[in-house]
Amino acid sequence: MKLELSRVVQGGCRLGVLKGLGRSGQHSLEVPGCLLYTRCGTVPHLTQDTLHTLTNLPSVTQLTLSTIAEHQEVLEDFKDGFRKFAGLHDTVLYCSLHDPVTPCPAGHITNKTVSVWGSGGRIELTVAKFMALQRTVRPDWYQSMADGETWQSNTSRKRVRKSVDRTLAHLDECLLVHHKTQELQGVAVFGVVEGGDILEERVRSAKETAKRPVAGFCLDGLQTGSMDQALRIQLIAAVTKELPEGKPRLLQGVGRPDEVLACVEAGVDLFESFFPFQVTERGCALCFNFDITPDPERAVLEADEERDTAGETHENGELNLDDQMTSFEINLKDKRYQDDFRPLVEGCGCYCCRNHQRAYLHHLLVTNELLAGVLLMLHNTAHYLAFFGALREALAQDTLDLLKKKVLKEKCGQTKSKE
Amino acid sequence: MAAPIERGVDTNTPEINMSLKKTLSAVSPLTLRIVAECPVTKARACDLVLPHCTVNTPVFMPVGTQGTLKGITVDQLESLGCQICLGNTYHLGMRPGPELIEKANGLHGFMKWKNNLLTDSGGFQMVSLVELSEVTEEGVKFKSPYDGKEILLSPEKSISIQNSLGSDIMMQLDDVVSSTVTGPRVEEAMHRSIRWLDRCIAANKNPDKQNLFAIIQGGLNAELRKICLEEMTQRDVPGFAIGGLSGGEEKDDFWRMVTLSTDHLPREKPRYLMGVGYAVDLVVCVALGCDMFDCVFPTRTARFGSALVPWGSLQVKQKQYAKDFQPIDPDCQCPTCKRHSRAYLHALFKTDTAAMHHVTVHNIAYQLTLMRSVRQSIVEGRFPEFIRTFMKRMFPSSEQYPGWAVDALASVNITLD
Repeated sequence: MKLELSRVVQGGCRLGVLKGLGRSGQHSLEVPGCLLYTRCGTVPHLTQDTLHTLTNLPSVTQLTLSTIAEHQEVLEDFKDGFRKFAGLHDTVLYCSLHDPVTPCPAGHITNKTVSVWGSGGRIELTVAKFMALQRTVRPDWYQSMADGETWQSNTSRKRVRKSVDRTLAHLDECLLVHHKTQELQGVAVFGVVEGGDILEERVRSAKETAKRPVAGFCLDGLQTGSMDQALRIQLIAAVTKELPEGKPRLLQGVGRPDEVLACVEAGVDLFESFFPFQVTERGCALCFNFDITPDPERAVLEADEERDTAGETHENGELNLDDQMTSFEINLKDKRYQDDFRPLVEGCGCYCCRNHQRAYLHHLLVTNELLAGVLLMLHNTAHYLAFFGALREALAQDTLDLLKKKVLKEKCGQTKSKE
Repeated sequence: MAAPIERGVDTNTPEINMSLKKTLSAVSPLTLRIVAECPVTKARACDLVLPHCTVNTPVFMPVGTQGTLKGITVDQLESLGCQICLGNTYHLGMRPGPELIEKANGLHGFMKWKNNLLTDSGGFQMVSLVELSEVTEEGVKFKSPYDGKEILLSPEKSISIQNSLGSDIMMQLDDVVSSTVTGPRVEEAMHRSIRWLDRCIAANKNPDKQNLFAIIQGGLNAELRKICLEEMTQRDVPGFAIGGLSGGEEKDDFWRMVTLSTDHLPREKPRYLMGVGYAVDLVVCVALGCDMFDCVFPTRTARFGSALVPWGSLQVKQKQYAKDFQPIDPDCQCPTCKRHSRAYLHALFKTDTAAMHHVTVHNIAYQLTLMRSVRQSIVEGRFPEFIRTFMKRMFPSSEQYPGWAVDALASVNITLD
């Protein structure tokens, strides 16, 4: 795995390509970028046929041990690794520990073990078991075992220090087993940076992890909900300063577009793409605008659209009924979409927008039809991937400020009524 | 056989134009071309030309109740070779409602389905939602399960909704009684269904674009069935359905009613056996002369992890498949079988809805492939042989052949070894 940076903008933002991915090294991934989120190797709701209606899919698929650990025995019998087991062919597999969407109950971590929760309940992992899993899963790249349980608001300094120490110890042990394991030769390991919300611990974790022979770094314990944005950015900036420039940094648990932008500025290269899934699960469609190409005709259209939506929002009163819902999406269950025959996003090239209308999606959602999840997942994934494309383009063109303005201000034309 | 309509006619003189218009409106937007007839059984292979595409029969029509086939995109359905699928008038009439669907250019436009659609009358839900309804000569009174409002579904209303949906084949509103009911109620329902057929024919606003099928009723009473057949075949409708069966009656009664119906139905019009979809039932009823079938079973059972295979079915969620690395059916060419193993599907069922979609795709592929093989064998004049091979594969031994199927096949000159 090799990170080739073509630009470093404003001290933090990095634009480049992660090359040499996969066992034969023929895959690459542009950064800033995201991985393809899956559960048990499947992008939620999507069969391979529907998934591949999307173009420009990330070359890296994220697996989560929490959704596959319970199948260890099956995979051992199968022998050929998870890629073949799941019918995934031409993709790089990255294996993370937890599913970023499903929070882990606290209080089950010990000095020697961490736990993941599958469909059948808790599975406790020692380094030995963790590594045995990696050997049967056979990813191209995985994160080392980590104790990231620092997200609760009253976590003590002692507990945070412990999480850093344990995670380093796990890493050393993982690397030891890794180098002795024939099946894992050529597989990349990411070290995990912990440290909760304590700056010194973050710096210590980063410095120590960077001393180890790792291919890159996961930044853990900074997920949405664990701390406020300003603190997160401050910590990330401090951490990335300690990390070698030539190795990629993957931020776990952060996916909102505004947070992504800020974290990219603080030096993050990679994200998990679970956000489109969360939006899908609440029956919403991503619609935020990230188009900064100056096109006067389009600008007029957008202004109309904005006025349109804003007016309706006003009539409808409070918009964020579900406090999880962000301002980057529209709630298609809302009655106002009942007879709205426009695509989810005008000009979007995804299968859903090329074929279907908001009114149809509204109908599928109110009748609890399974196709709603399929179509929304397709659109939300396409929209999210396109956002990352626009972000890279903005970095290349030196127009990040314009993009930030657009994304932060626009918010589906709904901010006006909230203010 | 109905004569194909000449549409590209030069019309200069107004009189000719007038008379032509009259002829055209009298001819339905449906043509049935009989491609082959089995010399032994009553089976036939036809090309059913409908407004959106030609349907090769015998055909199984998957059910997309609420304007979607559970979790499958229209492109997936089309790529499986589906030429016609169903929508349910009762459900779609409630939500999103006929006005909205009309605004979306009909159900085709609303769900973006390019091939043909058949809609039921909404009447079948009378049986399933019987506590919500009261049947009078006027129609069926429902209480809306969504807002409690009382709704009258009359023949006119049913057709009006189906006209809004724009389906290629509409079904008349019939007075449905459960097939296990006997006595005067069955006779009343049969006669009322005939009267309602006439009201439906009169109510159809789009006879040039939408075909209205009659539904033969009469329960399990051969005399009543015959009267109904006699009456309904005198009406000028483009096709007939055999209704009131597949509701829990004895299979011995079922097949006798089917074969009685096909004996009296005109050769040149399509015959649709409602609610039938088990593989054995399909093969037998094709032999009895039916052309079209529908059933929710293949798609509903898929969502519970039951995959249809030539030897019956396979419960993917059962533990025995956790380490079974073969596809559902090694001979199946569907996208699911080409990519995934039983073991992977077993694992995925614990995590994600996509597991259901995989099995749904497989089951639709199974049904459509089965019917294509049936058709092919009829065309090639080897349908009797096909049935024997099919039965051998489906049942471990001939002792396990269901008696009704053996009898039904014997009635059309097929003896199973």
